[in-house]
Amino acid sequence: MIERARATLRLLMKSPQFVVSICILAIILLLTVFGPMIGPEPWKVDPLKRFAGPSAAHWLGNDELGRDIFANISHGARISLGVSFLSMIFASVVGAVIGMIAGYYRGLWEVLAMRGTDIMLCFPPMLMAIFLVALTGPSAVNLIFVIGILYVPRFARIAHSSALAVSQIQYVEGARAIGARTWYIILRHILPNILAPLFVQFSLGLGSAILIESGLSFLGLGPPPPASSWGRMISGAQRYLSANPYGVLWPSLFISLTVIAVNLLGDALRDTLDPRVRK
Amino acid sequence: MIAYVIRRLGQTLVTTFIVVTMIFFLVHMLPGDPAMTILGGMTAQPTEEQLQAVRERLGLNLPIYVQYFEYIKGLIRFDLGSSLITNRSVIGDIMLRVPRTLQIAVPALILATIVGIPLGIIAARNRGRVSDLLISITSVATFSLPSFVSGLLLVIIFSINLRWFPSSGWVSPYDNFPGFLSRIVLPTIALAVAPAGLVMRMMRSSMLEQLGQDYVTTARAKGLIEHRVIYRHVLRNSMLPVVTSLGLQAGFLFTGSVIVENVFNWPGIGNMLLDSVLNRDYPVIQGVVLLVALCFVLINLITDLTYGLIDPRIRYD
Repeated sequence: MIERARATLRLLMKSPQFVVSICILAIILLLTVFGPMIGPEPWKVDPLKRFAGPSAAHWLGNDELGRDIFANISHGARISLGVSFLSMIFASVVGAVIGMIAGYYRGLWEVLAMRGTDIMLCFPPMLMAIFLVALTGPSAVNLIFVIGILYVPRFARIAHSSALAVSQIQYVEGARAIGARTWYIILRHILPNILAPLFVQFSLGLGSAILIESGLSFLGLGPPPPASSWGRMISGAQRYLSANPYGVLWPSLFISLTVIAVNLLGDALRDTLDPRVRK
Repeated sequence: MIAYVIRRLGQTLVTTFIVVTMIFFLVHMLPGDPAMTILGGMTAQPTEEQLQAVRERLGLNLPIYVQYFEYIKGLIRFDLGSSLITNRSVIGDIMLRVPRTLQIAVPALILATIVGIPLGIIAARNRGRVSDLLISITSVATFSLPSFVSGLLLVIIFSINLRWFPSSGWVSPYDNFPGFLSRIVLPTIALAVAPAGLVMRMMRSSMLEQLGQDYVTTARAKGLIEHRVIYRHVLRNSMLPVVTSLGLQAGFLFTGSVIVENVFNWPGIGNMLLDSVLNRDYPVIQGVVLLVALCFVLINLITDLTYGLIDPRIRYD
């Protein structure tokens, strides 16, 4: 297992997409973890510094209320990335369990689970997201579950088709023949075999999750103040676009770079882990 | 084929019924009291009698199953109730706003296709070269860009700095056609950015897949010039998955249009949904969500059926 992981990592290191995306993500992660410790408080209003340009005290300048842009970006990163990451954890765990059970047990459970995912996949994600946020109210925790629920069907589908294929293989039949418990078979034999496609879906889903989170925050349906978020920074600065475009540009740059890096990472993982694409 | 169409239609009916039911019960789980919303929101202090009168008028005092049947009966008559805020008919407002969304969504889809397909072809034909790398990077960058970012960048460049196009607003094409044209340019481009990247990527991978097929080798072996191999043989086959996926692009367009309409203050269906959510205008939320969801059920059906019509290799069994 460890040997295989090491071999995969060696392959990944040869992919320029992987290296570039890991570098960008490392920088953003450092900013998320340590940024809030070095900058001023993000909510501190200073009318004298309204629309001030970059300075030694305020690296990226100040926004329409004189708040420090760098501090808001690094605090906002915690919300934006935290919400997206946790929502994908939720989606992948719930989706994998539903999909594996459906693929292993078949029968009525499979029909219900898979038709259910089909119906959910009919909805455009943003429609569902806005609808569910209207239902539950905007907060960081609700956003995690809302975005998570949207992505459960995607993970369930992948887990289902992979589990279906794996459970036909002889060693699973062998395990069943010697009397292994169902949970043992699922955890020990099926799960390791479907981890790679789930991993790829996780990183590709993360990109869309960040887009949905920032979109909802931009529309005013994200975590309410005083929490900072990238989307809300942009919607706040939007009104002063001609006076100070940097209020929009800086957070835009961070969102875009993060999503590009996550998507590149997903591509690299897919190219390396998916035997159908690997050449 | 006919058996497949009938079965697929049956599935669609069941899906529609589930969607309709699910939305009804979810909307009725919404926190807050619609009667309160009508009487002026959270700050107002209406008397219990006033609240009761409004509930009776809306039928909210009836048992939930009676409300559900009333709702289904209304749906059959295309009646989605009326807005709690403006008291206008929901279906009427939807009919007014859908064309405005289509005014930017349809040009955006066309733009995305005519930009994405040629670039995808160029990338596939030059696999591994600089042009392929550049196009592939551009494609990832475009669908990684949130639509409010591309929208606002367009406003900064073309509206604030160059002053070529107005930064927001909508006018009816029947009243002021030149004004309408100058206003759809920026939202259309903002909306087209992400789908263009996806079309580009799909075209590239589909074409690469076809280029590896035996019939390409055969065509080349019989001495066809490369140009003819690409445009007569490969292109036709690789267009198929791209064209049929345009239906799926509609989902992206909707997500984009909610945000783009907000950026450009465009009075379409996306803004209608957002306003209704912010105002807790339940009948409007219910109507818009229902309508969009049903459109997507229909788009999925059409995509599935056309896929088989275009590609005779797909058998329905």
